[in-house]
Amino acid sequence: MSKRIDVKDLNVYYGDFLAVEDVTINIEAKSVTAFIGPSGCGKSTFLRTLNRMHEVLPGARVEGEVLLDGDNLYGPGVDPVTVRSQIGMVFQRPNPFPTMSIRDNVLAGVKLNNKKISKGEADVLVERSLKGANLWNEVKDRLEKPGSGLSGGQQQRLCIARAIAVEPQVILMDEPCSALDPISTLAIEDLINELKDQYTVVIVTHNMQQAARVSDRTAFFNIAGTGKPGKLIEVGDTHTIFSNPTQKATEDYVSGRFG
Amino acid sequence: MTATSLTSTQGAGRAGDKVFSTAALAAGCFILAVLFGVALFLVVQAIPALTAPAAEIQGGEGFFAYIWPIVIGTIIAAAIALVIATPIAIGVALFISHFAPRRLASGLGYVVDLLAAIPSVIYGAWGAAFLAKEISPAYNWLAANMGWLPIFQGPASATGKTILTAGIVLSVMVLPIITSLSREIFLQTPKLHEEAALALGATRWEMIKMSVFPFARPGIISAVMLGLGRALGETMAVALVLSSGALTASLIQSGNQTIAAEIALNFPEASGLKVSTLIAAGLVLFIITLAVNMIARWIISRHKEFSGAN
Amino acid sequence: MTSTLTPVRSKRSALTKGQLPKYAPYVVLAGALIVGAAILALLGFNAFGWGIVSALLFAIGLVSWSAAVEGSRKAKDKLATCLVVGSFLVALLPLVSVIWTVLVNGVPGLLTPGFLSTSMNGVTGVYDNKAVEEGAPVVGGIYHALLGTVQITLLATLISVPVGLLTAIYLVEYGNDGRLARAITFFVDVMTGIPSIVAGLFAAAFFFAIVGPGTKTGAVAAVALSVLMIPVVVRSSEEMLKIVPNELREAAYALGVRKWRTILKVVIPTAISGIASGVTLAIARVIGETAPILVTAGFATSINSNVFGGWMASLPTFIYTQILNPTSPANPDPSSQRAWGAALVLIILVMILNLAARLIARVFAPKTGR
Repeated sequence: MSKRIDVKDLNVYYGDFLAVEDVTINIEAKSVTAFIGPSGCGKSTFLRTLNRMHEVLPGARVEGEVLLDGDNLYGPGVDPVTVRSQIGMVFQRPNPFPTMSIRDNVLAGVKLNNKKISKGEADVLVERSLKGANLWNEVKDRLEKPGSGLSGGQQQRLCIARAIAVEPQVILMDEPCSALDPISTLAIEDLINELKDQYTVVIVTHNMQQAARVSDRTAFFNIAGTGKPGKLIEVGDTHTIFSNPTQKATEDYVSGRFG
Repeated sequence: MTATSLTSTQGAGRAGDKVFSTAALAAGCFILAVLFGVALFLVVQAIPALTAPAAEIQGGEGFFAYIWPIVIGTIIAAAIALVIATPIAIGVALFISHFAPRRLASGLGYVVDLLAAIPSVIYGAWGAAFLAKEISPAYNWLAANMGWLPIFQGPASATGKTILTAGIVLSVMVLPIITSLSREIFLQTPKLHEEAALALGATRWEMIKMSVFPFARPGIISAVMLGLGRALGETMAVALVLSSGALTASLIQSGNQTIAAEIALNFPEASGLKVSTLIAAGLVLFIITLAVNMIARWIISRHKEFSGAN
Repeated sequence: MTSTLTPVRSKRSALTKGQLPKYAPYVVLAGALIVGAAILALLGFNAFGWGIVSALLFAIGLVSWSAAVEGSRKAKDKLATCLVVGSFLVALLPLVSVIWTVLVNGVPGLLTPGFLSTSMNGVTGVYDNKAVEEGAPVVGGIYHALLGTVQITLLATLISVPVGLLTAIYLVEYGNDGRLARAITFFVDVMTGIPSIVAGLFAAAFFFAIVGPGTKTGAVAAVALSVLMIPVVVRSSEEMLKIVPNELREAAYALGVRKWRTILKVVIPTAISGIASGVTLAIARVIGETAPILVTAGFATSINSNVFGGWMASLPTFIYTQILNPTSPANPDPSSQRAWGAALVLIILVMILNLAARLIARVFAPKTGR
């Protein structure tokens, strides 16, 4: 239950402003792909176009194709809501729903869509999702407590549990560890390693060591200057990108010479 | 292979989105329609009074002759209210924002909000039963000692039910409005400006003069304008407190009338052309308050543009 | 250690030189109170005058002492402080006076047997004359007015809350700050400034045109109150929806939740405490409105439980008519007793609503970790 994503000649606009230019990339199923690059280079923007979340902002639009196992996300008649239920997302800051308990947070994707689910099925789903997010042992005794009472790292894993409870094909992560301490970060990185057995994972990160640790493939984005569009410079095996990149800019970035 | 996997959707959900966004849009448009309706129905019902022969209007000299004394009366009452309320309201706002101990400040703000919560009819009853009686000795003194001023010309009303009393009651009612708006503006004064003034060795009052007032001036003006809008349209305080009559210059004799009180006192028993006349008077009041409020909003919006603070 | 410090302590610090001693305000206050009492004793003593005169003396005394010791800048500062504190005390006077007047005059009315459970049906001047001349108990009550207020306010709330809340949702979630959204915001501002009597006239004019001249029912009054209530509900709900973090909306969208379900199940529950508190305050504001009801629902002396037919009484109009047109013009005291009793009930209602609004905001606020 995981699908590959193929992006062909994608341009992303905010109004008239071209934010990301001409990206072509193939993201393999059941692998971790990391997007790295300096701030403002469009990697997060590009990530959000992969499940049509950028449309939430007024004026945002794209040109080009994003294929999920051959189906164009931007094809005619495609409902962004269906896209998002197949391609989940985890955000920079943990954002559990403050009005819901831990259990309800996990079930949010199911319940909010008003799908009928028996209590037994729900229990199974909650346990499976929380176990999948390595959180079950820590919260199994307080499932009815509010999710906002957890620590930052636990909240982020709760958000991952929430994302995998809707059984997506792909999970997008937008700098999931940037608001967390090193120990919580380690827990999330371990989790990402386990997730790739079942899901296609795409992660945006500022942290090059993190990209090197968790990803199979790495894509480097760069921007020529403020006001210019972001571009995909190079994509390849993580090992290659970090040890023997073909582009000068990539080498400068991964060796810490700028960014 | 599964070209349908992305296009097949639960139709019900999509319809829900449509229904819900349409309902939200309809509610917004409904408000526009209501406001348009307010204007339209007032105009339609007011037309007979404007077109009727002058002799049939109350007073026998046409609508204009009927309306202008009560317009003046309305303005006098509102002006008295503002003259009294503005300095006190600014003082109270300063007290809460810059003088009171921090822990007390929010509680004191709540006390001022209580003033705003008391229904207008109770202010009216208080003004008629308590204030008018208590204040009439002061009117006698004013008539005796300051009577050479036209506004304090005697003989003072024995009951104290004068436009000045009504104005004082109105001032109590607009005080919380001006206070709460000014307080908010005072609290928005950039801390850096205040600290810069204090660091130069300014006393608290000099700091307020140097940094708070210049920053807050447009806000205070618009707060006063909004208070004016409220004072112009307030009905009960005047209807119960003032024993109305013809337009007079003296503030301590009975006499004068405001538009709102005129409507409240006469509408329940009115019929035919009288109803039209009163609705036309309401339209005039609507236009006056609308103009005042517009100016206030305009000042606020202009202020927002050039203060980088928000 | 102490022996070396003691002489330093006993000397006045250079930093406090040229200042009034700490006890100065208390000394001036005591002096002002004594001198004020003496002056008032000459003019004829009353507590109110004593307070005013003493306050003036205090300000004059403190400022001139400060001017003599500390110089004009400090004296101006003291004067400003006196004025600011004084204006706050002056603002408290009407509040205390109003509440005191209502309590003193209202308690006897409220404690009259049957005050809350009977209406004014059949109560004529004859009974009031008897009550004054022969000491018979004051009859008549506010049951009909209470019932009318509850019905009219309830209907107004039923109209205003859906319209107001949906409009706020449009402005925050769908409007995108477009032309229509800005027009609605502008006209909601305009609506906030409509004088209450004009709102009443509008409802009256509307129903006169649609149903027929002279139509006066509770429903007309409810429409008038809605015109006043809708902008308040829109404004407060809009503020509350705006402070719901965007992250929560995005989290729901990313789970494949539709926008309308996101709004209903995530955004509104997060903001519900603020919205409910705003609605309660809006109710508190309109429940005391008199003028719009006066011109739309007429006066009734008997119980009317049908908002769509017949004149209807309400607490504010009851107070108004009992004061302005006493049941027995010869002996207005029973009427005024009933009016103050009704005023007390109305003030209690408004205060309960205000308190409830605060409690709702505090108790039902989502417990965020941050």
